[in-house]
Amino acid sequence: MKRLLKYTSLAVAGLATYAFASAGPATAETQLVVVSWGGAYTASQQKAYHEPYMKLNPDIKILNDDSASEGLSKLRAQVEAGNVTWDLVDMVASDTITACDEGLAVEFDPDELLAAAPDGTPASEDFLPGFLMPCFIPQIVYSTTFGYRTDKFEGDQPSKLVDVFNLDKYPGKRSLEKKPIGNLEWALLADGVPQEEIYDVLSTPEGVDRAFAKLDTIKANTIWWTKGAVPTQHLADGEAVFASAYNGRLFAAIEEEKQPIAMMWEYQVFDIDGWIIPKGGKNEDEVRKFVKFATDTQRLADQAKYISYGPARKSSAPLVGKHAELGIDMNPHMPTNPKNAEKTLLFNYEWWADNRAELDERFTAWIAK
Amino acid sequence: MAEATMTPEVMTTADGTPLKVSLQRALRRSKIRAVLLVAPLFLFIVITFLVPILDMTFRSVENSLVANVLHRTVPLLADWDETTGELPSEAVFEAMVRDIQEGRETREIGKVGTRLNYEKSGMSSLFRKSSRKVKKIDAPPFKDQLLAVDKKWSDVDNWRLIKREGGAFTPSYYLAAVDFTRNTAGEIARAPEDRQIYVNLFIRTLFLSLLITVLCILLGYPIAFLMATLPVRTSNLLMILVLLPFWTSLLVRTTAWIVLLQQEGVLNDIFVWIGLVADDNRLQMIHNRTGTIIAMTHILLPFMVLPLYSVMKTIPPSYMRAALSLGANPVIAFVRVYMPNTVAGVGAGSILVFIIAIGYYITPALVGGTSGTLISNFIAYHMQVSLNWGLAAALGAILLAIVLALYVLYDKIVGIDNMKLG
Repeated sequence: MKRLLKYTSLAVAGLATYAFASAGPATAETQLVVVSWGGAYTASQQKAYHEPYMKLNPDIKILNDDSASEGLSKLRAQVEAGNVTWDLVDMVASDTITACDEGLAVEFDPDELLAAAPDGTPASEDFLPGFLMPCFIPQIVYSTTFGYRTDKFEGDQPSKLVDVFNLDKYPGKRSLEKKPIGNLEWALLADGVPQEEIYDVLSTPEGVDRAFAKLDTIKANTIWWTKGAVPTQHLADGEAVFASAYNGRLFAAIEEEKQPIAMMWEYQVFDIDGWIIPKGGKNEDEVRKFVKFATDTQRLADQAKYISYGPARKSSAPLVGKHAELGIDMNPHMPTNPKNAEKTLLFNYEWWADNRAELDERFTAWIAK
Repeated sequence: MAEATMTPEVMTTADGTPLKVSLQRALRRSKIRAVLLVAPLFLFIVITFLVPILDMTFRSVENSLVANVLHRTVPLLADWDETTGELPSEAVFEAMVRDIQEGRETREIGKVGTRLNYEKSGMSSLFRKSSRKVKKIDAPPFKDQLLAVDKKWSDVDNWRLIKREGGAFTPSYYLAAVDFTRNTAGEIARAPEDRQIYVNLFIRTLFLSLLITVLCILLGYPIAFLMATLPVRTSNLLMILVLLPFWTSLLVRTTAWIVLLQQEGVLNDIFVWIGLVADDNRLQMIHNRTGTIIAMTHILLPFMVLPLYSVMKTIPPSYMRAALSLGANPVIAFVRVYMPNTVAGVGAGSILVFIIAIGYYITPALVGGTSGTLISNFIAYHMQVSLNWGLAAALGAILLAIVLALYVLYDKIVGIDNMKLG
């Protein structure tokens, strides 16, 4: 049965390739399909990586595919069908662990694949500690943090995570992401659990109950989002007074759209986004060259000109300059800026890989009640 | 009376072949022609529709992964008596070490961890951690060394689980899809109450689909009636009004409803302005069940109006006139003469709307919030995010079975021949 599906998809893919190949003029150039998140994020990669690279290498054409949000499932389908059409796939770090576990991604030696820093520091030491994983090429650090409406509260404006859970002082709707990861950690922190003990507490049934009990206190005043563009929309529309959102989206809403929104950086959740090279891709050699170029010190710093995400290399940080269009200094908006990063949270991905299925079910059942 | 002697003479055609043979030949030719004409479409449907569906459904029971990757361990475990509560023998541990080493080479061992983690939390990291650390183990005692890698290997339940899931097929996905699970002893039991979701979702999906179908009939029937009875100019205008949203992108229509219904939205603003609701007590009409019902009814309405219209168009106006002239008052004439003639259209529209509604997922995902999401949203979730394709397949197969059962029921009650799509 699997074989049948394989042949079917091969046949369909063959037909499609034939249709495409016969449609355009035959070219000697190599096309690299780079999968990313679309919108402002792809645009920043296009300007910082793709365009300079294509200028240097006229025989390479980089095509963008915006299906990163379904990256893992589509990649698995491609690998199972034996027809991998993607050359580079953008993923968040947690998904790359799965991709690596399932053998969907190429494992590499960082010092061989990635360029050294200008001062000669090898890549394995130049990337921020813990970022490089066997299949994962880190690009940016982003964070999920809270934004709030600046025109809805009288007196003290919120500044701490506990304020999100304080309905008496800061009444109004909260917009939270509809999954347990992140929300459970924040609930425990707001309930007074020290940061180092979060995952120990969550490993016990009582700890999980405690986190859900804390979330219960704001549940009636919470709306849930699933797509990254929604929470800032909730804030802009006044549907919510607090929203957890990606810092880049909040930056865009505050600085580019001038919405009455401000950010709280306390316990922002750091996450890493980067590339994997799919196993079985047809242009692996070309992709390796591109990756070496696109993740060097200057290129990673360049991306921060277009979007407020922090570069994953230590050596890139001093090179971060002004926003390409707005002309504002990007450093204060970086999640990695020491002033913003006083209290930060890092997910324990291994723990979540074990417990995600169970907690997802529990969270879904809890939300439906 | 002289008896006419009739020698049975074979009837032939002009060229002498028996008529029977010639007829058969002609029939066969037309049959072949019919088959050839249908064949492309038939093959197309088989390849693009039936095969993928069957393949996907097959995944809901398929379970060869564990047995394939742990191919030394699983056969040995068959001889292990799991009821004694003792750990398997040294030979099993050696087989496990070898299997993990080989699985690390082929990059398959992580999949086993993910697969077993569906049954028991913690298995994923057990295999990932072990596969990193067993590289160096090459001599006995395997048991002690593996236990040193991770003490979870001393948990008999984990070995029971591997033995249980070592078969080629598994009922686990179907059990999970109806909120059942296995307890530590391997017996089938209800899932803990705080983790039961799917049965409620199936019921909610069926209920909401039925409600949306009924709403579509109530809203669509008068429109279709007007379109069928008004003069052509006006009815054409109405037709365009029905079709215009039909041609508009689904996402645009759904987002438009968000703009209208949200708490700071147009409708709430109007309500506050005319004093219907207080400003600090705006109505919650979206991101909940109400939102799903309103948006889906709107989106599916054309699927009800069009079959109704095409059926009503064929009902001669003389029927109503005849009923009226025979002394029925307009209401009775409508109910007893007109409405029975539209049953075919109502049937066709209902089955279209209901079946589309039951598998809908984009609109509920956007406007459903927490109380308005449907089972299809969870199938999509397990396909795209959790990658638990076995569970997605089981949920999908159950949904398909429900639809087919309802279809048969519908056929028994209304009769599928009574359906008229146009």
